[in-house]
Amino acid sequence: MSFSITLTHRFPSVRMDLAFEVPSPGVTVLFGPSGAGKSTIINATAGLLRPDICRIEVDGTVLADTASDTWIPPERRRVGLVFQDSRLFPHMSVATNLRFGMRRVAPGSIHFDEVVDLLGIAPLLTRRPHTLSGGERQRVAIGRALLAQPHLLLMDEPLASLDAARKAEILPYLTRLKTALSLPILYVTHALDEAVQLADSMVLVEAGQVVAFGAVSEVAARADLPLARRDDAGALLLCQVSENDTPRALTRLEGAGATFWVPLLDLPVGTNCRMRIPAREVILASQPPEAISLHNIIPGTVRQIANDPTRRSVIVEIALPDGGLLSRVTPDAVAHLGLSTGTPVLALIKSTSIEVLGQ
Amino acid sequence: MTMLSPEEWEAVWLTLAVAARAVAFGLPLAALTAWVLTRYRFPGRGILNALVHLPMVLPPVVTGWLLLLIFGIRGPIGALLLDWFGIRLVFTTAGASLACAVMTFPIMVRSIRLALDSIDSGLEQAARTLGAGWWDRLVNITLPLASPGILVGGIVGYATCLGEFGAVITFAANIPGQTQTLPLAIYAALQSPGGETKAAELSMVSITLALIGLLLSEWFGKKLNTMLGR
Repeated sequence: MSFSITLTHRFPSVRMDLAFEVPSPGVTVLFGPSGAGKSTIINATAGLLRPDICRIEVDGTVLADTASDTWIPPERRRVGLVFQDSRLFPHMSVATNLRFGMRRVAPGSIHFDEVVDLLGIAPLLTRRPHTLSGGERQRVAIGRALLAQPHLLLMDEPLASLDAARKAEILPYLTRLKTALSLPILYVTHALDEAVQLADSMVLVEAGQVVAFGAVSEVAARADLPLARRDDAGALLLCQVSENDTPRALTRLEGAGATFWVPLLDLPVGTNCRMRIPAREVILASQPPEAISLHNIIPGTVRQIANDPTRRSVIVEIALPDGGLLSRVTPDAVAHLGLSTGTPVLALIKSTSIEVLGQ
Repeated sequence: MTMLSPEEWEAVWLTLAVAARAVAFGLPLAALTAWVLTRYRFPGRGILNALVHLPMVLPPVVTGWLLLLIFGIRGPIGALLLDWFGIRLVFTTAGASLACAVMTFPIMVRSIRLALDSIDSGLEQAARTLGAGWWDRLVNITLPLASPGILVGGIVGYATCLGEFGAVITFAANIPGQTQTLPLAIYAALQSPGGETKAAELSMVSITLALIGLLLSEWFGKKLNTMLGR
């Protein structure tokens, strides 16, 4: 279960030149501004766009290789693609749409009933696409792509045309999908909330280049990336519920080699989850404060400090035993605390400002 | 309509049969031409496009005369048809159908092209990623989605065939029972003394048929579009 791509393509406005490799199943989010080239990666992988030079490999099968003049047409790639505009066939019922790809391949490990159940589309089967809501349409489109038994699933901004409520309706299904199927998924988005909820690894694309690639917790915790200069920048930590303290109404989470307390969660001990700690909510201190309402005083070391001149602030990256945090502070605070690379520091985080997400 | 004489009925049936043949042969060819013109860019595309539309702008007599030149028994295609298959088109019912088909071809191509243009090419891409090859996509996606346009093209083409005059009379002549379709019969009636009543009766039939054709195309177009969820 792997995916690798090398791609060079010249557009009138941008030159794309990139390469990356996804070694395992799970969701890889391609993240970046519009026009960065994310969709080009998707379309080249699906075979709908032929780049000047490329080599694309899925699971050991070469789908395209300019050097050996290999170009497998899209209909024989076994690469599923979910478009932003769902593209359901208007002259077929939902059930016929779902079976379209399934009928054209040998039976595989993904079963009709399982997909229908996973996506909650059983009540829609007899309906026509034009009677569905945007969110329902997208769920059907995902099911249709999955039932074609793909070796790789591509999702090109599948939620971009939906409003916040519809998005919130679909995200849990995507999370379920990810755990239920061991399928590599390449997910394009420019919405950070989707990325942090779904990504296992993350590829940052900007102006046709890969700016960073790695596990989502690593990429999200790097102060030197454009991601950290966003207003909603923040670290993402993978963690596990280790204690539910009902009398105090607190839950203890272990992650990145540190312990965090958050308001009591509805999750049993041992549940894996992810938490997002916004950089602007993290206070830095050189000594532990006393008599304070705070639950989370996390010791770490300054790994690097990056300037964010547009917001007249700096982003401090704090190394934890097994991960990192970001904190947005003023240059004055950095000078006052005497922070530089290697300085031990305490990160103070209100338990209520930690956002706990599903797995 | 009971006042129509047997010869008049013959003209009506002949007209309907000639138009049916013209559409049966013309429509598939029109669909293919429309598809090639919308989906492919190739040298000579402009010329093909102009040729297809030529009968719409040429005087019908000229079209009929050109048909005589090409399909006449000494014409390049006409001679071959006669030699190889013993088929003679000029001054025959089949020839009347050919003239009708050529005259209504542009209308049918236009209607189908509009339908093909309105198909989101993204749907064909989606079918591709789902494993559908070229023929599969044509049969299961493109044709069904273009079906309202093809059907309406067929009906409008049929209705127009019923009224073809210039090309038919030039190429197939005005032979009662063989090539004398309604408009030709009306013309012949007007030419003969005291034929006004006959002309009026046949004109009524003509108007009725045209109206039925237009209403049918409207109704079918709407129905198919609702089926396709538009």
